[in-house]
Amino acid sequence: MAEPQSEGKTLKEQFWDPVAGFGVTFRTMFKKVVTEQYPFEKLPTAPRFHGRHQLNRWPDGLEKCIGCELCAWACPADAIYVEGASNVDGEGDDSGRFSPGERYGRVYQINYLRCILCGLCIEACPTRALTMTNEYELADTNRADLIYEKSDLLAPLLPGMVQPPHAMLLADDAEDYYRGQYAAPAPEAGQ
Amino acid sequence: MTATPEKTETAVDLVSVTIDGIQVSVPKDTLVIRAAEQVGVQIPRFCDHPLLEPVGACRQCLVDIPDAGNGRGFPKPQASCTLPVAEGMVVNTQASSPVADKAQQGVMEFLLVNHPLDCPVCDKGGECPLQNQAMSNGRGESRFQTSGSGGVKRTFPKPINLSPQVLLDRERCIVCQRCTRFAEEIPGDPFISLIERGAQQQIGIAEGAPFLSYFAGNTIQICPVGALTSESYRFRSRPFDLVSSPSVAEHDACGAAIRVDHRRGKVMRRLAGNDPLVNEEWITDKDRFAFTYAVQPDRLAYPQVRDRVEDGGDGSLRPASWPEAFAVAARGLHAAGASAVLTGGRVTAEDAYAYAKFARIALGTNDVDFRARPLSAEETAFLGAEVVLRRTVEYADLETASTVVLVGLEPEDEAGTIFLRLRKASKQGLRVLAIAPFATRGLGKMAGTLIATAPGAEAAALDALLGHADYGIDASAIILVGERLATSPGALSAASSLAAKSGARLAWVPRRAGDRGALEAGCLPTLLPGGRPVADAAARVDVATSWGVGSLPETPGRDADAIVAALIAGELGALVVAGVDPADTSDPAATRAAIDAASFVVALELRETEVTRAADVVSPVAPTTDKAGTFVTWEGRPRPFEAVLHNPASLPDLRILAGIAEELAALGQGSSLGFRTVPEARAEMAEIGPWDGARATMAATASGAPAAAPSGPGVALSTWKQLLDLGSMQVGDPYLAATARTAVAKVSRSVYDAVGPTVTLSGDRGSMTLPAEITDLPDDVVWVPANSSGGGVLADLASPGSRVTVKGAEA
Repeated sequence: MAEPQSEGKTLKEQFWDPVAGFGVTFRTMFKKVVTEQYPFEKLPTAPRFHGRHQLNRWPDGLEKCIGCELCAWACPADAIYVEGASNVDGEGDDSGRFSPGERYGRVYQINYLRCILCGLCIEACPTRALTMTNEYELADTNRADLIYEKSDLLAPLLPGMVQPPHAMLLADDAEDYYRGQYAAPAPEAGQ
Repeated sequence: MTATPEKTETAVDLVSVTIDGIQVSVPKDTLVIRAAEQVGVQIPRFCDHPLLEPVGACRQCLVDIPDAGNGRGFPKPQASCTLPVAEGMVVNTQASSPVADKAQQGVMEFLLVNHPLDCPVCDKGGECPLQNQAMSNGRGESRFQTSGSGGVKRTFPKPINLSPQVLLDRERCIVCQRCTRFAEEIPGDPFISLIERGAQQQIGIAEGAPFLSYFAGNTIQICPVGALTSESYRFRSRPFDLVSSPSVAEHDACGAAIRVDHRRGKVMRRLAGNDPLVNEEWITDKDRFAFTYAVQPDRLAYPQVRDRVEDGGDGSLRPASWPEAFAVAARGLHAAGASAVLTGGRVTAEDAYAYAKFARIALGTNDVDFRARPLSAEETAFLGAEVVLRRTVEYADLETASTVVLVGLEPEDEAGTIFLRLRKASKQGLRVLAIAPFATRGLGKMAGTLIATAPGAEAAALDALLGHADYGIDASAIILVGERLATSPGALSAASSLAAKSGARLAWVPRRAGDRGALEAGCLPTLLPGGRPVADAAARVDVATSWGVGSLPETPGRDADAIVAALIAGELGALVVAGVDPADTSDPAATRAAIDAASFVVALELRETEVTRAADVVSPVAPTTDKAGTFVTWEGRPRPFEAVLHNPASLPDLRILAGIAEELAALGQGSSLGFRTVPEARAEMAEIGPWDGARATMAATASGAPAAAPSGPGVALSTWKQLLDLGSMQVGDPYLAATARTAVAKVSRSVYDAVGPTVTLSGDRGSMTLPAEITDLPDDVVWVPANSSGGGVLADLASPGSRVTVKGAEA
């Protein structure tokens, strides 16, 4: 069955096809370059890209997280660990208010070695405390540093926010926080 | 043959009903909600609880009944939890009837009108019947959100304390009355009740009368919503990240089934298990909340050995490796000569077996005793003759007996599960007789009768029971003797002879979980494992053959008191001691002196104690959460449990003893134990089995005239430990401690009138000052709680039954 290779080939196959591929090369030389020069040039992600998590704050700086652990429950990779604790109004040892209402997340850890960035946690969050940012650079030289603590995940204090623990500044009732029935943030706090 | 009618199940009348088109026969008087369970239909319910009386409070279990058995149906849906079945009744539940389904959805909508949407922060969220049944039997959307008051729910200020431990979130309550019914029906502590009316209806307490019940924690567990929560568990974790392991409560000899919920190697909470043969669904608050003792900072984490001054050290304890600790312990025991073993009453049966075997084959002695409390030679004989291997009384028997006699036992304080059984039975006509100095609140709750008896006079009171005109007992009676009876001369003999003469059954109720198991395992100077008497040559040969040793020590050993005396006298050199608090022993000062006098002390302890500080080798042992084991209940029922947490650093007692025995064998003393793990020990215990030969009999000790109750100046001291006191296994939960009964000295009215509201009691070991409380006591008796103040009565005041003087305290 074996025949000599040149036998049966047309002229096109013998002479045009071997150089035809270079046409792609030449054409591409004059097109816009698609190579991303990461990490020297960083491009923005899609706006709803699932990146690193963030724990949000109310406009007065109190944390939105109530330590309910629903995110940990929803997590298919078991990457989230939360411990709740009581908010204590008034002065005294280990007292303090970190969120409106009775409960706050005392410990909040996300293990980015496990996290698959699926976003089920942020769907489970009843207070929108947990959202995802567009930050995707989640790499490190050791495993321990990839377990992000609450301090790594909390949103920065914006102007007008006060570092907790402190009393509820926007409303007297936690329900008003949840319903959005609070006044604008106190202007004097940030400026 | 016919003289004793077989106690068969009396033929129950069966009633045929049709539920959802399926015909089922159930016993008469079965409630429809239970009959439906038999055909596999779960009717939603909140107020219904199988162990509580039906009340029909929540109305969630509505079903449609087109035929009530008489051909006519009910015009409206009926609550199936209060409706008994009738012959020919036709029931359509939500599974087949749109009417029932709509009715249930309507009730659910009403229940949710004022129920707050705080499931994310609620401790019940995830295991909440309201949450679950709102999903399965409720409407998806509420129609109350936008109508009327604009969807604003009724609110209350956040949680209020019903007791220092139990918190109430009133806005979550659906007024099902499970908690109030429990408090009234089960322990008989009706301190909570419904107050207010209408939408404001809520659970409340009387002012200044908190819900101080020893069983209050059960209300938290049976609450079908998150209205009742505990201070200790509030916000600590969510049910869905807990791992639940079944276990057995280690605080008393009742063997209550518990469920241990843990997360990441830490116990978060404990709940009652469901074991109808033992504790039904109830446990005491001590079983529920007292578990933090194992994670106290004074928990021993590593073995320690003492650098002895004579060996050039500085006389202090230093950390050591396990092999070094084993070797140092073995060398010290080998050099010290005669040694004894005190195990305390908290070890598991497997560990107790290891102690018993260690004493016999590694130390070559019968000087081993599990009793870390006042004891007597009479008790030793009683345990060997009347208790070991006997299984005559079970919990269920308490309900069928005609009379239960309590001697030296206050069940509410010392055996909570027995108390609940007796209270349940007393409502069905059981007569409870208590031989005690005064009628306790617990006795009142059991509708019991007091046979007022001064300490020391129990024997006479028991003798008088036979053929007594009012309190005569017969073969249908049960006599429960507490471990405290050891301090009353002649009383155990009297109980034994009363049981023999009347035919009544006799059971011994110790306080500690490991006591009965240690007895069966041979941690007694006169008994080998399996109840084999040391004095019986055949029994010794039996055990020696099984253990593969030539012979066992023949002479019965010393009991705990004699071990203490022999250590002080120098007859014994070394002591292996585990879980013994000197303050609990017959003579705390002597025990402390004996530990100091011993030339070598090996301590196996969970936490640092005065014993470990004085010991030469300290080995940390595993708490019950970290090891498998078996507790034997007062009935003789084995209650095996597996390890809850896996902590390779904490070893059970038997592994440590095996290590020391192997080192001793290397020194030429004794032989190794032959097992290193709990399963191996269990297999060996099963192989040895119980003794089937002749049992020791109880010598008639001084049956004629029991040592006359000590008379003299002052009053007789009566004492026992309250359920919640200063015990070392209750530390770490301040909320639980706050629910303890306050320490008061109970005195008679005339004494109170004479010496005033605060009294100072003085005995031969010291004195203590307590507030006094008038109680219906004989004038020459005073009662104080044994471990609720100071260093305990035994160390600070006098031994039970002895005379103390009562004076008014200044200030």
